[in-house]
Amino acid sequence: MAKTILEFEKPIIELEERLTQMKRISNDLDIESEILLIEDKVKQLKESVYKSLTRWQRVQLARHPERPYTLDYIYLMTENFIELHGDRYFKDDKAIVGGFAKIDEYKVMIIGHQKGRDTKSNVYRNFGMPNPEGYRKALRLMKLAEKFNKPIITMLDTPGAFPGLEAEERGQAEAIARNLLEMSRLKVPIIVVVIGEGASGGALGIGVGDRILMLENCWYSVISPESCSSILWRSWDYKEQAAEALRLTAPDLVEQKIVDRIVPEPFGGAHKNHEEAALFLKKVIKEELAQLIKIKPDKLVDNRLEKFGKMGEWIE
Amino acid sequence: MAWFKRAKENISSDSQKKELPDGLWEKCPSCGEIIHKKQLEINHWCCLKCNHHFRIGSDEYIKILLDDDSFKEINKKMRSANPLNFVDTKKYNDRIEDTIKKTNLFDAIKTGTGKINNREVAFGCMDFKFIGGSMGSVVGEKIARLIDRAIKNKIPLILISASGGARMMEGALSLMQMAKTSSRLAKLADEKIPYISILTDPTTGGTTASYAMLGDINIAEPKALIGFAGPRVIKQTIGRDLPVGFQKSEFLLEHGFVDTVIARKDMKNTISTFLDLVS
Repeated sequence: MAKTILEFEKPIIELEERLTQMKRISNDLDIESEILLIEDKVKQLKESVYKSLTRWQRVQLARHPERPYTLDYIYLMTENFIELHGDRYFKDDKAIVGGFAKIDEYKVMIIGHQKGRDTKSNVYRNFGMPNPEGYRKALRLMKLAEKFNKPIITMLDTPGAFPGLEAEERGQAEAIARNLLEMSRLKVPIIVVVIGEGASGGALGIGVGDRILMLENCWYSVISPESCSSILWRSWDYKEQAAEALRLTAPDLVEQKIVDRIVPEPFGGAHKNHEEAALFLKKVIKEELAQLIKIKPDKLVDNRLEKFGKMGEWIE
Repeated sequence: MAWFKRAKENISSDSQKKELPDGLWEKCPSCGEIIHKKQLEINHWCCLKCNHHFRIGSDEYIKILLDDDSFKEINKKMRSANPLNFVDTKKYNDRIEDTIKKTNLFDAIKTGTGKINNREVAFGCMDFKFIGGSMGSVVGEKIARLIDRAIKNKIPLILISASGGARMMEGALSLMQMAKTSSRLAKLADEKIPYISILTDPTTGGTTASYAMLGDINIAEPKALIGFAGPRVIKQTIGRDLPVGFQKSEFLLEHGFVDTVIARKDMKNTISTFLDLVS
């Protein structure tokens, strides 16, 4: 697959390419000092670009087609993963995957949205947009985890719940609402990780838990910047402003007291190094699991209720 | 029958254009009938000709559903703190100020306690005219506290939804109100206290995908638009026209997502009977 380069990454990539070329010919020529100079320049450029990403640029990184998806993390972080299919009512939704697996010493249920990498796999995965049966499958698996007293890890990465005709017929709203209610009282630890796009109810539908983690270059909000632009500005052209206004990045959500912890990504984004991204995430998940499994089930549920009960700001 | 005899109803004289004193008459958006406000009010804000249910606010529902003067409002003055300092084409702060002045409401829901045929209930009713009945922190918090009141007083909960969904201007905080209200409803369910959700025109987005769909019974008013995604978005996605009656109350009844569709005039007695049956 062709490498995707984002607009703001272009200057870096161009400079890096020049560097590679120079290195290739450096055997014949004495340009060692020039190479060092450019290497330094690349480093500086990277620092300045990646340390001052705008919110819209982070949205673009969150959607990067080479970014690791749920199944990538599962394969890189876990062993003995057995994928479990179907909601037992209607069908198997390919936009949500899940199953039992082992993260080192921890046996867990791991569930997440799944996108595709090319047209064919994206059609198969419905671009990571679940139908009601996806949420119902997720709930079935979570209840299984509860039955066998295993912690749950969910990974959020969706452009939204699918806005289709059949999705409405089968109760998209009810499926999401039911998950919110049921997840709030599951008697096992739940760790939620936003690994890419956290688009509104479609993301939250598997997003109620004891710890809400977010990878560095993700977005999570009530609406996508594009849709927000089209509704409030009545034009698709204000997505950058909408992204700023919505305050949808990981640091923003920490400030809003929604996200507990930001998971670092490899320099330049998770797509630059899948193995490293998975390693970082695994470390954080294990730390959180170690804490959560010590808490008694009833206390866990009480804390969860309190956690979400505190969210929001108002004046009295 | 002679061809010149009208099969259709005659154009009635009162639907012709005439000088109407401002604010006394309403035109039915469905059939065009001009109706005097007093008449409409007596008829529970339903068209006398076609039974179209007019969009009404919390004050009207309180009058229709609760016993006279029984409503006691709680958290009346709670209002948005503008947590994101949101600005689109207008500042969110100004939008809030203007809407408060215009509607005489502080946010998109009124909550409190009241009586239905002498039975004490916890009662919340949304107002669509307050920024499209959108759910932000205030709506979420008021519902959460109302549920707490229902649990504390051991009284049934009734919520009337009329909402375009979560409020964009509070970003992810609005989204989290879905989780907040739903998790609190789980607690109410654990206490075995009845919850009736009443869905009115329109109930969409995050409101439908949280408390509105989670009633022990869900009751819809006739022909209300109820759904997750809006019809325009769905039409764009699938690239064809939507069937007649799609996402209307009767459609949801057919697909099993509301228990019953009840006309406004019968709503109070239906609620009362149900509460009696489960008590």
